[in-house]
Parts: sequence; structure tokens; C-alpha cells
Amino acid sequence: MSVDIEALQHWDEKIRELASAYGLDCYPQEFEVCDHNEMIGYMAYSGMPSHYPHWSYGKSFEKTKTLYDHGATGLPYEMVINSDPCLAYLMGDNSVCLNVLTIAHVYGHNDFFKNNFTFSPTRAEFTLSRFKSQAERVRSYVEDPSIGIEKIERVIDAAHALSMQCQRNLAIKKLSPDQQEQRAYEAALPRKDPNQAIHRSEEYVEPDVRKTPLEPDPDLLLFIRDHNPFMTAWEMDLLTIVHEEAQYFIPQIETKIMNEGWASYWHYQIMSNLDLPQDLRLEFMVNHNQVLQPHPGSLNPYHLGFTIWNEIYHRIEGDERPDHRKVTEGRDALYHARESERDRSFLRRFLDEKLIRKLGMFEYASKKGDYVVTEVADEAGWEEIKQTLINSVGMASTPVIKVEDADHEGNRTLLLKHYFDGRELQLEYAEKTLAYAYQLWGRTVVLDTIVSGKQTLLLYNDEGLSTRKPG
Amino acid sequence: MGSVFRPKREAPADRSASDRLRHREKVRSSIRDNIADIIADESIIGRSGDRVVKVPIRGIKEFRFIYGDNTPQVGEGAGDEVERGDVVGRKPRPGRGQPGEGGEQAGVDYYETDVSLEELINIMFEDLDLPDLERKQLASIESLRLTKRKGYRQVGLRVRLDRRRTMLTKIKRELALKRGRSADAPVDEDQRSPFHKSDLRYRHRTTEVHRESNAVVLCIMDTSGSMDTVKKYLARSFFFLLFQFVSRRYESVEVVFIAHDIEAREVTEEEFFTKGESGGTFVSSGYRKALDVISDRYHPDLWNIYAFHCSDGDNFGSDTPSAIAAARELCEVSNLFGYGEIKPRGAGYYGSSLLETFRKIDTDNFQTVLIERKEDVWPSFKAFLGRDREEVA
Repeated sequence: MSVDIEALQHWDEKIRELASAYGLDCYPQEFEVCDHNEMIGYMAYSGMPSHYPHWSYGKSFEKTKTLYDHGATGLPYEMVINSDPCLAYLMGDNSVCLNVLTIAHVYGHNDFFKNNFTFSPTRAEFTLSRFKSQAERVRSYVEDPSIGIEKIERVIDAAHALSMQCQRNLAIKKLSPDQQEQRAYEAALPRKDPNQAIHRSEEYVEPDVRKTPLEPDPDLLLFIRDHNPFMTAWEMDLLTIVHEEAQYFIPQIETKIMNEGWASYWHYQIMSNLDLPQDLRLEFMVNHNQVLQPHPGSLNPYHLGFTIWNEIYHRIEGDERPDHRKVTEGRDALYHARESERDRSFLRRFLDEKLIRKLGMFEYASKKGDYVVTEVADEAGWEEIKQTLINSVGMASTPVIKVEDADHEGNRTLLLKHYFDGRELQLEYAEKTLAYAYQLWGRTVVLDTIVSGKQTLLLYNDEGLSTRKPG
Repeated sequence: MGSVFRPKREAPADRSASDRLRHREKVRSSIRDNIADIIADESIIGRSGDRVVKVPIRGIKEFRFIYGDNTPQVGEGAGDEVERGDVVGRKPRPGRGQPGEGGEQAGVDYYETDVSLEELINIMFEDLDLPDLERKQLASIESLRLTKRKGYRQVGLRVRLDRRRTMLTKIKRELALKRGRSADAPVDEDQRSPFHKSDLRYRHRTTEVHRESNAVVLCIMDTSGSMDTVKKYLARSFFFLLFQFVSRRYESVEVVFIAHDIEAREVTEEEFFTKGESGGTFVSSGYRKALDVISDRYHPDLWNIYAFHCSDGDNFGSDTPSAIAAARELCEVSNLFGYGEIKPRGAGYYGSSLLETFRKIDTDNFQTVLIERKEDVWPSFKAFLGRDREEVA
């Protein structure tokens, strides 16, 4: 393998000039050149240079490697992590053109990480050190003769199962228990009545502030950590570590379409205006079309995002001859959306009937073992398709389950509630996941959900799963 | 400030190695948990070790709360080609899915992995965990060999004198002597330097203990009319396990197939499992034949003998005393001798059972097992090798 680092540096120089001319605002960038084996290794650990050990990453590695070795799948051209400085990997085996394209693409992601609102609570400057410290802590527990790998795996297995049950929008600040109590008292106060003199005053009802949690808590792992008195320090630390990792990845899950579309939009702009020699230009077009080709029957987030970003720009610029003022306005619209949207709001705002028709979208559902088309992109169907899509992107594909009560029926049973939106849980998975919740909580766990259209309590204790009618 | 480009590090550590190892251990333990089911599967019996078998793996999925089947999805790229009600795909079904796929999908409760038969059998025998038994039953025979060369000595037999090495030592000694003399000392070119006793070098040999490791597996089976295909299949599974187990412990293993009804014959493997016979049963005839084969070809001092007899328990009453006598003799010459009674459930318990009869034999290396279903094969096999003398049912 020979990588022409100088050539890459030469192109990187030009790409950065263009990127800043376009107004992209990036963290300092670092590239690491690796081979395909290392790439598979980084993929298994979400690109992190250091990460705590767990067998599931070994499984992920084996799976990717098997698929890659059998030619069933290629490897991503690039891998970028949300850190400051931004860290990205290039594969030395790839052609110069592909690596130049990747560099341009990486600057798009870099700008997005730095400026999109969902990423601001992730504290990118601490990403690498945080993952490193977590890895070191877990390793120290593994090496501790009184703990060891088996116990660690048991806790991490359970924590992984629950880690996605956490707050989705990190921009909304979670109230502390004291603040929640304050809010409960404020809410209990009688409403301001301008005609107080002639009305009988409302009776003041003392709010019940003994309930735990006062307001439903979306962070299952943290709640269990803080309210199971039998947790040891290392168990609590493991739950914290797994929770922090989930929180770190949520912005990426929540902005997949926007983020990939944004990076693709800018790599296209940059590459088109880079003075590429003829052969590189042709190769670029081939690669670009490969990345952005629609996947008939499913969704390619690169293609969908790229199409919408182009649409946002062209709506303002119009089809007329380039007008300098319009260009600036169009860019402003792009930057504004890039900063203040996430996938769901992005689709809600910008995905309209015209685009849905253009993309040839359709909705399908399973019926007796077949996938059957339920809606197509016409006047009657496009809104339904849009809604279904919004409900399946990012964290919307994970059920919302919150802690309602830590002392349900007065016997320290943990009551969880599934916030039903028309989609029922997969029951086998629900059972196994409840078993993990029971393991961590140490007492009975009850999940309030809908099964076959009826409200049902799924109860998990040492006898396994049982169901109960509510009430 | 320019961006930083870091070239590939020289010796990258294989960072996922330990996590892969843990994952593989999990796969192995999952296989171990389900070994009885896997062993009972017909596709495994009678295969050579380099074949790859697909083994369903349970219990290493990562569960989360997910939505069920009733969730609609959106696809793109259809244009005007699709109408409402068109079928666009088929759900993968368990057992019929693509190998290696399905691990992430809800509703498919296992995925398959490829394991070589060799590895599978290793896992099986890990499960056995039989240290005591190995010492006692699998003792091997020692014999002496005198062939190993081991360096050179200054003393030894005249015939083993190594002339070349002796000469070399002598030349070395002469050179050392010359160098040791002062430069102005008179040099006598004609001076002879004779061989010295310390110049002599002899080839040295050591005696080495070599463990004889030959074993023979005697498969004795009742092939009378009452042994149908199901019973033969169960017997075959058992013989297969026995052969695999024995061949894992000895350098060379031979197998002898003895089929019997009223008379016993030594047959080929194919005849053994396929040819149906008719007529009654004299169990003793099979044992006598085995004893003959042993005294002809496999002397107990040189061979480790494993004998196993499968029958459905049907025997002529008059033959029973001589069967017991023959079984006792077999116990004396073999490392392990076993009797497996195969009575598939629902086959009707007409004839007698030999299990009761063989209770009378109480030597340590005799074991009886009862096999009713294919799931019993593995536990029976474990009981056969284990010292636990309780009957497995």
C-alpha cells in the first residue's frame, strides 16, 4: 500500500479554501490513513480510537469482516467522528480520487457537527478523552479480581438493552427533582383570576411530592442507577458509561438524513469547482452517482438528504440565471436549516408533495408474510407517506418508554409506560428486554403497553413474564 | 492551519481480538447448551471431520425495545410503477432465511453459524469433562524404542565413534596448542601430534518411552427382523459418537462391525447399517464373535478395546445365561464395554428387556443405557463414558 500523502495534502489545501469560501465553519481536521482491516476495526467501535471492551463489538467485527470478505458489502469510504479536532479515517487502498472526494465529504460532516444544534450538548472537545477514560475504567473493573469479565458483561448486556430508552432532545434541559417539585407546587396553585372578588376561590390541593419520579423519567439507566440502593459503585459507573455513550450517538441518529445529505451536497459543490484533471473528474462522477443512487424499495439517506438540500437552495435561487444576491440568500437558507433542524423537523418542513412524487416514494406494510404497498405518491397518499417516514426516522423508530413510578403499589415495583403512538412492541424483544430491566432493578418490573389493541401490563419477576389486565 | 494527515501506524494492534474471542466463546457455549439437539440432527451423523455444518445459535442476540411487525415503512424509487396492494417483497421466514442473515430481524429467534464438524466434536467432548475416566479407562500401553539420537559424548561404545567429530576436536586442540606457544620457540614441522583420549567423540543415543496408542471399536448390533430403520439410526448415532470419541484419543483406530441374529458375522459398515436380517436373536453369538475377533487380531495387551452392543432387548430366553457369561469375558478384555437398549417410544414393549439381566454384571467398565428418542443419544453417551451408573432414561 502506498499512499501519496503529499497529493492528498495538496488537494486538501484547495478543498479547505473552497469550503471556507462557501462559508463552511469547521473544527480543525485530522485524517488518519488506515487499511481495510483497521477500517473494519474502527467500524466495530463506531470509529472511536479507544472504547470499552464488549463481546458485541467482536460480533460486529466478525459480521462486517465476513460480509466484506465474501464481497457482499463494500466498506464506507470514510468514517468521521464528532470530536474537536474532528477525526476522520481514509483508506489507503482507495484511489486518490476517492480519497479527495472523501476529504470534501468529511468537511461537510465536520461543519455539521460543529453547527447543528443537536450536537452542541455532546461537548466534542472531550469526546476522545471521555471514551478513553470510560475504556480505562471498564478495563480496570475487568482486571479487578473481585469483579471480572463475566459480571461486567452481565451488566453491560443489560445496560445496552436499555440504553436507547433515554431523553431524545438534549437541547431541552431536564429538571432536577427539586425543580420538578417546585413545578408541581406551582402547578397546584390556583389560577390567577381577574374576577377574584366575585368568584369563590379554587380549593388548593396539596400536590403529592412523595411520588418518584414526580414527572415521568425518560432515562431508564440513570433512574435505575440513582434509585436501586443495592447497586455497587462499579455497576453504577457502568450504567453511566453506557448511558453517556448512547447520549453521544443520539444526535447522529437524529440527523442521519440531514447530515449525510449535507456532506454529499458540499462534496458535490466542492468537487465540481475543484480543478480536477479529466480522469479524476470522470472517476468522481462515477463514485458520486454510486453513493447517491436511490435504493429502490428502501431509503438511501444520502440520496434523500442530498435531494432535499438541493431543493431548499433552488427554491430560493429559482431557475433563472445566477443572481449574486439570490445565491447568498439560498446559502443563508441552507445554513439556517443546517443549524436548527433535525431529521424529523427537516422532513416536516421541506419534504412536500412535489418531492415525494419526484422521489417515487411509497408506503408498505407486512400482510401475511408479504410486504404490500399501502400508499403511493399521489394526491391522496403523499401526506400519509410523509407522516410514516417522519415516524420512522432517527429515534422515532425506537419506542418511547418512561419510568412512571419506582414504588408501584407500594412494593418497590418499577412501573414503566410505553407511550403508544399506534405501533405495538415486538413482544419477544420486549420480554427479553424486560428481563434485563428486572436484572438491573432487582425487583418486579411492570411495563404498561398495548398488546393486540388492548392495554396490558407486562410483568417481569423471578418467575419470568406474565401479563395482567390494568386496574 | 492545515489539516493533519497521519499515515498508517507501523504495527497496528488488533484491538478487537479479545472482543472477538469473547464473542466466539459465547457462540461455543451456546452450541454447548444445545448440543443434544444438534447431535441428534441427522445431517451430522456419518460425516467426515472436515465437513462444515450449520448450527443454529441462540442466546447471543442483543435485545432492545423495538416495534413489532405492524409498523409501516417507506421506500423510494418506485415512480409510477407501483399501485396500492402490490406485493413488493416477502418476509424472511425462520429456517428458510439466508445463512448469516436474520440476526437483526425481529421474530427470527436464531441465526446460523458455520462450524466444522471437527470443532463441533471438540465442543462436544469439552462438555464431557471426564478427567478421572481418562486416567483409568484410557490408559495406554508403553513400549521402549531405542532410536533417538541425542548429541555427542566423550565416552561410549566403539561402534558409535564419530570419526569426523573426533578429527575436528583434534585439529582444534592442535591449533590451540600452536597459538599457546611463544613466537620465538623452535618450530618442529615434523612433529606428530597423536590422538588424545579427550579427542574422541561418540554418538549418544537415549531410550525413549513411546506410548502405543492403538484402539479398536467393536460395534455389535442385533440385526434381527425386529430392528427397524429408526432403531438402526439411533444405534448408528451412538456408534458414531463412540468412534469420534475414541479416534480423538488414539493415533490409530480401527472399527469392526459385527452383525448378529442367531449367528454373528463380521460385515462392512454399509451392510451393517442397511442390510436387514430376519429370524430370532442370540445375543451371545455376537459377543462370541467379538471375542474371536479380539483373540485373532487385537490382543488386549497391545490394543485398547471399546465394545458396544446395540439391541432392542429381544433375546431368546435360553441364550441369556451364555450371553451374560460372554459379556463378562468381554469386560475382562476391553477398556469399556457397553450395552444400549433401543426402544423407540410407541414401538410397543413386546419383548423382554436385557437391561435387567445385565444388572448382574457389576464390573466397573460395563455400562447399560436405554435410548428411547434421538434426544437421548447424547445423555446416554455421556452416561456410558461417565462413572455414574444410574440408568439414563
